[in-house]
Formats: sequence, C-alpha cells, structure tokens
Amino acid sequence: MNKNDRAPLFHVAKRGALPWYQAWAIRGAALILALILCGIITSLVTKLNPLSVYAAIWKGSFGTSRKFWVLLQNIAMLLCVSLAVTPAFRMRCWNLGAEGQALIGALASAACMILLANKLPNWAVIVCMTVSSVVAGAIWAGIPAFFKAKWNTNETLFTLMMNYVATQLVAYYCVVWESPKGSATIGIINSKTEIGWFPVLGGQKYLLNILIVAVVCVAMFVYLRYSKHGYEIAVVGESERTARYVGIKVERVIIRTMLLSGAVCGLAGLLLVGGTNHTLTPTIVDGRGFTAVMVSWLAKFNPVWMIFTSFLLVFLGRGAGEITTNFGLNHSFGDILTGIILFFIIGSEFFINYQIKLTRKGRKEE
Amino acid sequence: MKKTFALLLALVMVLALAACGQSAAPAPSAAPAAEAAPAAEAAPAEEAAPAEEAAPAEEAAAPALKAGFIFLHDETSTYDLNFMNAAKEACAKLGLEEGTGYIVKTNIPEGQECYDAAAELVDEGCNFIFADSFGHESYMIQAAKEFPEVQFCHATGTQAHTAGLDNYHNGFASIYEGRFLGGVAAGLKLNEMIEAGTITEDQAKVGYVGAFPYAEVKSGYTSFFLGVRYVCPSATMDVTFTNSWYDPTLEKEGAIKLINNGCVLISEHADSMGAPTECEANNIPFVFYNGSAAVDCPNTFIVASRIDWAPYMEYAMTCTMNGEAIPADWTGTIATGSVKLTEINEQAAAAGTAEKLAEVQAMLEDGSLKVFDTATWTVDGQTLTEYQADVDDMGDFVPETNVIADGFFHESEFRSAPYFDIDIDGITNLDA
Repeated sequence: MNKNDRAPLFHVAKRGALPWYQAWAIRGAALILALILCGIITSLVTKLNPLSVYAAIWKGSFGTSRKFWVLLQNIAMLLCVSLAVTPAFRMRCWNLGAEGQALIGALASAACMILLANKLPNWAVIVCMTVSSVVAGAIWAGIPAFFKAKWNTNETLFTLMMNYVATQLVAYYCVVWESPKGSATIGIINSKTEIGWFPVLGGQKYLLNILIVAVVCVAMFVYLRYSKHGYEIAVVGESERTARYVGIKVERVIIRTMLLSGAVCGLAGLLLVGGTNHTLTPTIVDGRGFTAVMVSWLAKFNPVWMIFTSFLLVFLGRGAGEITTNFGLNHSFGDILTGIILFFIIGSEFFINYQIKLTRKGRKEE
Repeated sequence: MKKTFALLLALVMVLALAACGQSAAPAPSAAPAAEAAPAAEAAPAEEAAPAEEAAPAEEAAAPALKAGFIFLHDETSTYDLNFMNAAKEACAKLGLEEGTGYIVKTNIPEGQECYDAAAELVDEGCNFIFADSFGHESYMIQAAKEFPEVQFCHATGTQAHTAGLDNYHNGFASIYEGRFLGGVAAGLKLNEMIEAGTITEDQAKVGYVGAFPYAEVKSGYTSFFLGVRYVCPSATMDVTFTNSWYDPTLEKEGAIKLINNGCVLISEHADSMGAPTECEANNIPFVFYNGSAAVDCPNTFIVASRIDWAPYMEYAMTCTMNGEAIPADWTGTIATGSVKLTEINEQAAAAGTAEKLAEVQAMLEDGSLKVFDTATWTVDGQTLTEYQADVDDMGDFVPETNVIADGFFHESEFRSAPYFDIDIDGITNLDA
C-alpha cells in the first residue's frame, strides 16, 4: 500500500453523445493536425514547400474539367462497391468479398460482349450483360451466405477466399480470349463495332455511370432507412436472438442481404466493363472491394455520408498521383501522406467516442 | 479553456509553417512559375499544330514540343526504369526539361486509366505521348482517335500498321540481335565449363525464365538459344513461364525449377531481379535483360542485352517538332544504337568473350550473319522454307504473311513487334 499514490497520469472514459458541432470540431482539428504533420514530413524528406504539394494534390482532382470528371467517375465506382458491402455490414456480416463479386460481374459482362457480339442486337447484348453480371455477383455472394445461414461458417474467410477464385477465373478467361496469342491480355472488346458499350450521355463518357450510382445510392439509403427489409437488417445486426424472438427469419435475411450485396457488386463490375474500360483484366476492380470496407466504416454505414468518404479517399489517391508526376517523387510518398491523413481521421473517431481525463494529484477519484 | 488553447496552438503552428515555407526556400517561388509556364506554352503549341506553315517560324524560339510519358510501373521495375532513363536522355538531348518540356506519369495500369492519363497529358499541352506497356495499346489508340493533332507512340505494340491512324505509331528494336549476342557469351561460358571438365558436352543445358508464351518472348529465347548453339553446338535449352511480366517470386521459383532440372546457365525475359538473385545464390552463371546486375550479382552475371529506347524517342520527338510524319512502325537495330549490350562482367564471363562478341556484332551489322538463318534450326527435323505469321493483328489469329525468304526468317520487318512464334528443335517447354 506504500505506492498507492502512483495512479496513472490519465485514463480513458466513454463520452456521452457530443453535440454535432463539437464532433466536427474534433474531426476538423484532426485534419489540420494531419496536414501539419504531412507538411513537416514533406519539407524534411523532400525539401519541397508543403503548400505547393497541397496545391498539387488539389489540382489532381480539380485542375481541369477532365480531372474533375475522372474524380467523379472514380468516386462513383468506389461508392458503388461501398454501397454494395453496406447492407451486409449493417447486419454485422463481414462481406470482404466485394472485390471478387465485382470481378465476377465484370467477367459476366465481358463474356456477353465477346460471345453475343453480332448474334444479338446491341440493346439486347446490354440487357444480357446487365442481367448476367448482377446475377453472377449475387451468386458469388450467395454461396458464402448460404453456408453461413445453414452451417454458420465464417463469412469473412469464405468471402475472402472467393476473391481468389474469382481472380483466377478471370486470369483464365483472359488467356482464353487473349488477343494477340500468348499475351494474356484481351484488349478493348468490340473496339470497331462498340457492341455492348454503354451509350455516352451528353458527350461525357462517365456521366451515365455516375447517374446510375447516384440512383443506387439514393435507393440504398431509402431501402436501409425506410423499408421493412432495412429494419430487419438492423435488428439482425443488433442481436440475432432478438430478431428470432420477434419472428424475423434470420437465415432468410442473411441470404437475402448477401444476395443484394453481391448483386450491387456485380453492377459495379458491369459499369467497369461496359461503361468505362471495355476490357477485362484480373486487376480491373483495382482493390476497390477492400477500400470500400474503409469507406463504409468511416461513414458509419450511412449511404449519404459514403459520398463524402469515398470522395476523400479518391481525392487523396488522385492527389498522390499528381504529386508523383509534378515533383518526380515515388508513388509511395503520396501513399505515405494518404496514410497519415487517414490515420488522423480514423483516430479522431476515438476522441469523439472517448475522452481522456487527466488524473489530478491528491484528489480521490469518484 | 483547454480547447481554445489547443486551437490557438494549432493556429500558431500553421502560421509558422506557412512563414517558414515562404521565407526559407526560394525554390517554391519557382514552382508556381513552372506551373504557370505550361499553360502559357500550351496556347502557342495548340495554335501551331493545325497550321503547319506557322511552325517553322516559331522553331527558332522554344521547341514546339511538349512530351508526355506513360509508364506501367515506376523505377522499381527494370523494364520501366530502362524506359525512364531513355526518356530522360532523349529529352535532355532535345533540351526539354521535366515539368515544362516533358511530363512523366508512372504506375498507370493497362486500362481506362491509360486513356485518362493520355487525355490529361493532352490537357497539359503535350503534343507527343509515349506509352511503354503492351496492354496500353488499345487505350492509346482510343486517345489517338480523339486527339488527331497529337502524336502517339507506343512501344512493343502490334496494331499501328493496321489501325489506319496518321498519329498512332509502334516502335520496337531488333532485340533478337542483342539476345543472340547474349547467347554467344553464354555459349562461350558453356565451352569454358566443358573444357574445365565441370560438365560434359551433353550436360550443356541452358535454362530460360520467360514471361508469357508470346511471340515477343519466343522470338527472344529462340534467338538467345541460336546464339548459344552458334558457339556451343551440343547445347539444349529448357524454358519455363511465369505468366506475368513482373513477379519476383515466380521468377525466382522458375530459376529454381530450371536449376533442379539440370540447367547450368540461365537467362530470362521478365522484369524483376527474382531469377538473378537466385542464380547468384546457387553460383549459376546467367545472362540478363534490361540492365546490368553486376552490382548485385558480381560472381554470376555475365552480360545483359537491352533495348535503348532513346534513339526512337528522340527520332519520334524530332519528327513531331518538325511536323514530319512518323512511320507506323519503326524498328531500331544494333546499328542504330537501339540494341545494346551492357559491360561484360569479366569475373563471370569466359575469357575472350569481348573479342568474340565484337566479331559477331560486326557480322550482324553488315548482314553477313542472320540470327534466324533457316540453316541453323529445324522444326521436327525439317528445315522451313516458308512460314505464315500473324503479322496483321486483327484479333483473328489468322496467319497471313510469309516471313521466310532468302534463307532466313524476316523478324521485325513486316511490323516492328516480333512475330517469331515457332517452336524449334532443341528447346523443351517445361510447362507444356
């Protein structure tokens, strides 16, 4: 009992709900601190003026109208995959297979474009692409969901492994449809006939994709917030037992929600192949299936907030590319800055939910 | 109270930082100027391009050229590093400076991102755009269609001569000559090992780690093998593929597979240091590609062949500057300086390698020696007198052009990218 007065310097306590302006003040302070740290590291490591680096990051997204459109397109694609994983996440079902589900949707679209060209009219090819990619994505998510509902398998591992299967399948078909021989690349599909390419709205290549994702975003918001299904998802997420008690068929909700999750991923694959890339590669989804996890979490599974979080991630990514080009730095440097900023932003959530109390000397704690 | 204090502190730090940035470094003031410059230059360049008569008048002033380069990876890939160095060299020769005269974009994937990158470069005022990876081709063509006033050059592609675009071009080099020379160096090493008694004549087997079973790779390893056999007639070869252009682990595993299969010397066509480091660990001599590995592998690295892209870049950029047409296909040779050998590593190479290589190189340059001389190789025991190759890459895989005449295979003549895809006797594909 002789060293009893050596209490820790501080302790962490759960906070009550903060008023919105305080929460945002903390987030804002975190962002400023992150920028200051990035500035210090930039000037120490590269001897560049941090302000010109920040200006370049800004220019990477808003420098020209083309960059702005590319920004919007990238936000739309990331948002689409994020919207897809969200219903499952709200159910506390960790669907980490968005990458594979989108990839298999892309594979289905590409298959339709290649195999149905000149056999069906263009509109029919696009309809087939849409149906098959959405169904393919749903099946890819449905398999782990079925196993989880029936035998309570671990959906995290299962969906992750389905990613690898999808990647290898796509790699295989890249060889089957390769052009030229032996190169394992498909190139642009139907580049002369443009069969299966989405129509260009108003002269803007990416506009249609952006509009489709905007519609999906609103629909997902309404579905989760106002529909009976959305409510069931929330209840299952809170407590499976409660859900059973009130008469919700949990297995059915799990399978239904995962099917929806996979279907929206399949849609993302469709947009990537039919809307922009017009090709198929094993890396076409570009890690969005995993980035989406962060987007969804950061936005607390709220589809509208996800517009901002996906903007943030895409903005930082485009900025990283821009400073690489402008200052001849390695791409990794941009990634370091992105990492610091994300670290602070995620860290700020800690200070919103908890507070640090200094232990005052000589006073007994309650 | 604490909160206001923290806020104040943050504010002070921000201001201090801003102050430091402005007073301490004179460089930043140059940066905005550099940023402003492209915008100012872009306007005259755009005006000059459509009206070609105006171009000569402006020639005396700053060159009417701004180049954009699109690279698949960054300098960690030996393949891209080779291009990046060439771009720097060519631009330096033409007096272009990074930022104002040329822009480099790295880590551009082989998808829509390539088109976006090209379009952004055009927005920044570039009137010459170069991409380095095979998979960029379709997207370069897409951009070329959209921006007819900009010249697009693509390395290793196959479609320029059939695309029907005036502003889209392919470039390559007769790297098979360089690989043949590398093969000669390897053959001399084998001969040395046979003379020293470390291996018998029958054990003279070389190994080759290839990326894809694709014409570019097949042409490469066949020419290497013909070079080996040119000096060491008893040699045979095993080939294994990684099915990736860049995968250090797979390339290392490929090398292990070949070594376990009895290969006593290794060469490769893939873009990482995976195979060389494995060879160094096992004391297996090897012939490299893209650049020297003498620093990392001093005991086993013999020599490397590489394509020097600077002559092509310089040529194409000069054409753009002067408003001259660039041919759809351009094939650099050992004579134009497009195909090069690195320094020979005397520690690993056989004695007399330098003299022999110089002799063979002279014969290649004056045409007295043909790499794909049909007298030196057979298919199922037969000498070929005719071969239909798929030169016009229309996605149909239909061979339409006879490429054997006058007793040799005419590689890289009908288009710049290689089309030699014959499996010749003496080479075993371990993955078949």
